Amino acid sequence: MNSFRTPLGRVRGLGTANAGTQHWWQERVTSVALVPLTLWFVIAVIGLIGQPWEAVALWLSSPLSAVLAVLFVVVSFYHAALGLQVVIEDYVHSEGAKVALLLAVKFLCVLLGTAGVFSVLKIAFGG
Amino acid sequence: MAEFALPANSKVQQGKRVSTAKGAKRAKSFKIYRWSPDDGQNPHLDEFEIDLDKCGPMVLDALIYIKNEVDSTLTFRRSCREGICGSCAMNIDGTNTLACLKPIDEVKGDVRIYPLPHMPVVKDLVPDLTTVYAQYHSIKPWLQATTPPPSRERLQSPQEREKLNGLYECILCFCCSTSCPSYWWNGDRYLGPAILLQAYRWLADSRDEATGERLDALEDPFKLYRCHTIMNCSRTCPKGLNPAKAIAEIKKMMVERQ
Repeated sequence: MNSFRTPLGRVRGLGTANAGTQHWWQERVTSVALVPLTLWFVIAVIGLIGQPWEAVALWLSSPLSAVLAVLFVVVSFYHAALGLQVVIEDYVHSEGAKVALLLAVKFLCVLLGTAGVFSVLKIAFGG
Repeated sequence: MAEFALPANSKVQQGKRVSTAKGAKRAKSFKIYRWSPDDGQNPHLDEFEIDLDKCGPMVLDALIYIKNEVDSTLTFRRSCREGICGSCAMNIDGTNTLACLKPIDEVKGDVRIYPLPHMPVVKDLVPDLTTVYAQYHSIKPWLQATTPPPSRERLQSPQEREKLNGLYECILCFCCSTSCPSYWWNGDRYLGPAILLQAYRWLADSRDEATGERLDALEDPFKLYRCHTIMNCSRTCPKGLNPAKAIAEIKKMMVERQ
């Protein structure tokens, strides 16, 4: 690929996006939030092993469990969307595939997150 | 996609084997990457067995011995032979380092020498550094101040000067940038550890007045935030510097000004 563009012109490219810090900082904030949330969720689930459906539903319908479970689902999928975006930008270099994958990841994370929140609320409100 | 395999015309083949170590007490083999733009052949790995009693202690001494005594077509950059010019940066025994600072004794078995990874090769061990130099230019590596210059030196307190320690020593050998997988995959847009350490060298300079503009120029998902703290840069730096820490300091400044 021959080009007469100067190296400096090539390197400057389209300039800066004037963004990136928000994304990076939100990744950090969500990962800090996920430490206690994940610990709580794992310990709670271990405590529920072997319990019947009614017991699990009763546990999840307590306000504390329901709020924490909703937070766990939302923060997890938000964190996943942020992280997967970076992975795709790192490794996928053909513009078409990159845009398609970024869209797919965003949509999937919102879909699964919404489904998760709905499930928790359905049980919490005795659906 | 990121490339995980070499293209067919980059596959390294077996080259020639030359020994000048007959009857040597301390013989050592050097397997050196060779490629010439002129012969249309794939790169190959030539093996030179030499007598260590006939050359100096460093890998660069062996390369100079081979070029002088065995094969004058062997091509590499070198200048100061004491770790201050950064010319002889190459991949030795699997790690990027300066040939002049790498003792031959430290390498067990054959000494494998390749050019800096993931850079276009000009010939043999000489990489094309055009892009990294342009990236260096792009961060404006010079003092920027609007205040008219004083009639004497621009003063700095000892504490302010201390902030440049661990930064000013960088000799731009690019061992770090070429060891960084993130730079391999996105070197066209990511500035890489060497350039970001230099960028921080000016951000940390108390005499510079363009800190805000410098941060503006780095505020980009690719230029700065492709650093995923892999830490190869700090592990490989032949001068013992810590580019990963400099990048972390830039990120802290970015958050601080939010």
